[in-house]
Amino acid sequence: MLTDQQLVLKSLRYRRKIIEVIKHVGAGHTGGDLSCTDILNVLYNRILRVSPATFVDPKRDRYVQSKGHCAEALFTVLADRGFFPEADLLTMCQYQSHYVGHPTRHVAGVEQNTGGLGHGLPICVGMAIAGKLDNADYRVFTLLGDGELAEGSNWEAAMAAAHYKLSNLTAIIDCNTLQISGRTCDVMNNEPLAEKFAAFGWAVRTVNGHDFNELTASLQAPLASDKPSIVIAQTIKGKGITYMEDVAKWHHGVPTDEEYRQALAELDMAIALQEGAAK
Amino acid sequence: MSAPAPSMYSDAAKKTADKLGLKMGRTNLDEFASTLQALAQANRNVLAVTSDSRGSGKLAPYGKALPNQIIEIGIAEQNLVGVAAGLASCGKTVFAVSPACFLTARSLEQIKNDVAYSDNPVTLVGISAGVSYGALGTTHHSLHDLAVLRAINNLTIVAPADNFEAREAVKAAAAAKHPVYLRFGKSPLYDLPTTEPFAFGKARILHEGTDLAFIATGETVVHALLAAAHLEQTADLRCRVISMPTVKPLDTEAILQAARDCEAVVTVEEHMVCGGLGEACAGVIAQSGIPVHFRIVGIPDEYTVTGSQADIFRHYGLTMEGLADTAKKLLGR
Repeated sequence: MLTDQQLVLKSLRYRRKIIEVIKHVGAGHTGGDLSCTDILNVLYNRILRVSPATFVDPKRDRYVQSKGHCAEALFTVLADRGFFPEADLLTMCQYQSHYVGHPTRHVAGVEQNTGGLGHGLPICVGMAIAGKLDNADYRVFTLLGDGELAEGSNWEAAMAAAHYKLSNLTAIIDCNTLQISGRTCDVMNNEPLAEKFAAFGWAVRTVNGHDFNELTASLQAPLASDKPSIVIAQTIKGKGITYMEDVAKWHHGVPTDEEYRQALAELDMAIALQEGAAK
Repeated sequence: MSAPAPSMYSDAAKKTADKLGLKMGRTNLDEFASTLQALAQANRNVLAVTSDSRGSGKLAPYGKALPNQIIEIGIAEQNLVGVAAGLASCGKTVFAVSPACFLTARSLEQIKNDVAYSDNPVTLVGISAGVSYGALGTTHHSLHDLAVLRAINNLTIVAPADNFEAREAVKAAAAAKHPVYLRFGKSPLYDLPTTEPFAFGKARILHEGTDLAFIATGETVVHALLAAAHLEQTADLRCRVISMPTVKPLDTEAILQAARDCEAVVTVEEHMVCGGLGEACAGVIAQSGIPVHFRIVGIPDEYTVTGSQADIFRHYGLTMEGLADTAKKLLGR
C-alpha cells in the first residue's frame, strides 16, 4: 500500500494534471475535480480492487461516479492507474474523441455512463443487490456531490439500499458545500445530512475529505454489517489552488494564462516540498 | 375504479373474426408473465424488477414461485430503472416492469442514460400501455411512449399484437444483448395467423392485398385485420395487413414494398399521432419519393375523450368499422 506521503504527492500531481488538461482542452469542472481528488486517490490507490487486467472480472469492485461532471479528475486517476495512456487526457472534449466531458464506458476503466445527477446511487443499488444474490464479495462505491442530493432519485435509492441491507454498498458525498449557483445551504438546504441518512437506515461517518487516514479508515471496510455505508467527506471546492478554494464560480471554469501560471506555480512548489521531504 | 369494460369488438367485428377463424386468446400481460416465469425457472439469472406492480403485471404467481428472482422497488420508477441497469451490468437478465405511463415518462432520463446510453441490456416492460386504463384518464395513458423512446439511441421498441408475438418478443428480449422496450395491454386478444415468423425488426404480413395496406402495431393489428376482411366482403377491396411489432428499428423494406404495391397506406397505433409508428412510416415513404395516399390513425393531439379502452378505440376510429371507413375515404370509395 502507498504511504500517506506518497498519496500526498500523488494528489498534488493529479491536481496539476487536472489543471493542465482543463487549460489545454478549454473546459472542465475545476472546483469539483479538485475537491474530490483526494477521495479518488484513496479509492483507486488503497481501496478498490480494480485494475486494467481485471476490469472484466465479475468479482471486481465497482465504482460509479455519480457526480459525473468531475470527469477530468476520474480520467486523470484512471490514466495514472494504467487504464489508458496519459497523453489521451489531452484529447478530452475534442472533436471525435471518445473522452467525453462526462464519464462514458468508451473510456477504459469507467463502469457506467454518468453525467445526469441522481443516477449513480440507484445503479449501485442494483449492482449491490446483484452481488448479494450471487454471494459475491465485491463492494460497490459511488461518489455523489452534495448539491446532487436535491435529486429525489437519490432518496428513492437510499430507501431501497437500507431496505435490502446492502452492506456491500458505500456512498461517498463530496461535501464541498458549494454548487453552481452558490452555497448548497442557500440553493436547497440538505442539512442535517448525517441525520437524514441515519434516519433512512444507513451507517454514517463524517470525515475530513482531504485526510488520507480518515478516508482510508472509513472506506477500507463497510461501516456496518447490515446497513449500507455513507461517508460524508467534508471537502473544499477548488482545493489546492488558493484563488479557487471555496469559490462557487470555479464550479466550472478555465484559468486565464496568468491564473494558470499561478496555479502551476503553487502546485509545483508543493510538489517540490513533498519530493524534498521524501528524500 | 373503472366501469365494467364493454367489448373491444362490435357484433359485426366478432362475426368477421369468426369467419376468419380467429380464436380469442388471453391478455398479452398474462402471456408475458407466464413466458417470463418459464424463462426464470430455467435460469436463475432472470429477474423481474417491479414498482409495486407485480399484481398489475400479472406477476403474483411468478413472485410466489420464484421469490428470490423478483426485486421489489416500491413506487419509485426512477429507482426501478436505475436498479435494473445496475443489475443488468452485473450479468443479470432483467425485466423492469411498470405501467407504461410512469415507466416511460417519470424514468425517461434513467432509460436514456442508464439503460440505453450505458448499453445495459435491460428489458423495459411497459404494462397496461396505450389507453388500457381507459376512464382512469390521461395520467394513466401512455400515448407518448413510442415517440419519446424512438428518439433515444440504442433501444429496440416492440409492441406485440397477440399472444404469439408477445411470447416470442419476451424470449427474444431475454436473449438480447442490448436494451429492449416491450409494450403490453391488458385486454384479451384474438390469436392472429402465425404463418410468418417473429423476429425483432421484421414486419409480419398477416393478409395479402394491393388496394391498400394497413401497417399496424400492437393491439390495434387485429382491428386492421378485421377491417381488411370487412372491406373484402363489403367493398371488394383487397387490403394488405402488416403487423409491425418492432417500431424501432423499422422494417423499412416492408413499408416501401407496401407503398410500391398499394394505392394507399394507412398506419394504425394505440398512440398519439405525433411521433409514433405513423410518422415513422411517413418519414420512410416521403424520403423514398414513392407517391401513395397516406393516413395516420391514432389518438389525435387533443384532450383524450373519457371512456373505456373500447369507447376510446371507437371514438377515434381504431376499430374495424372506423378503419374500414378511413380506408374507403382514402381510396375515394
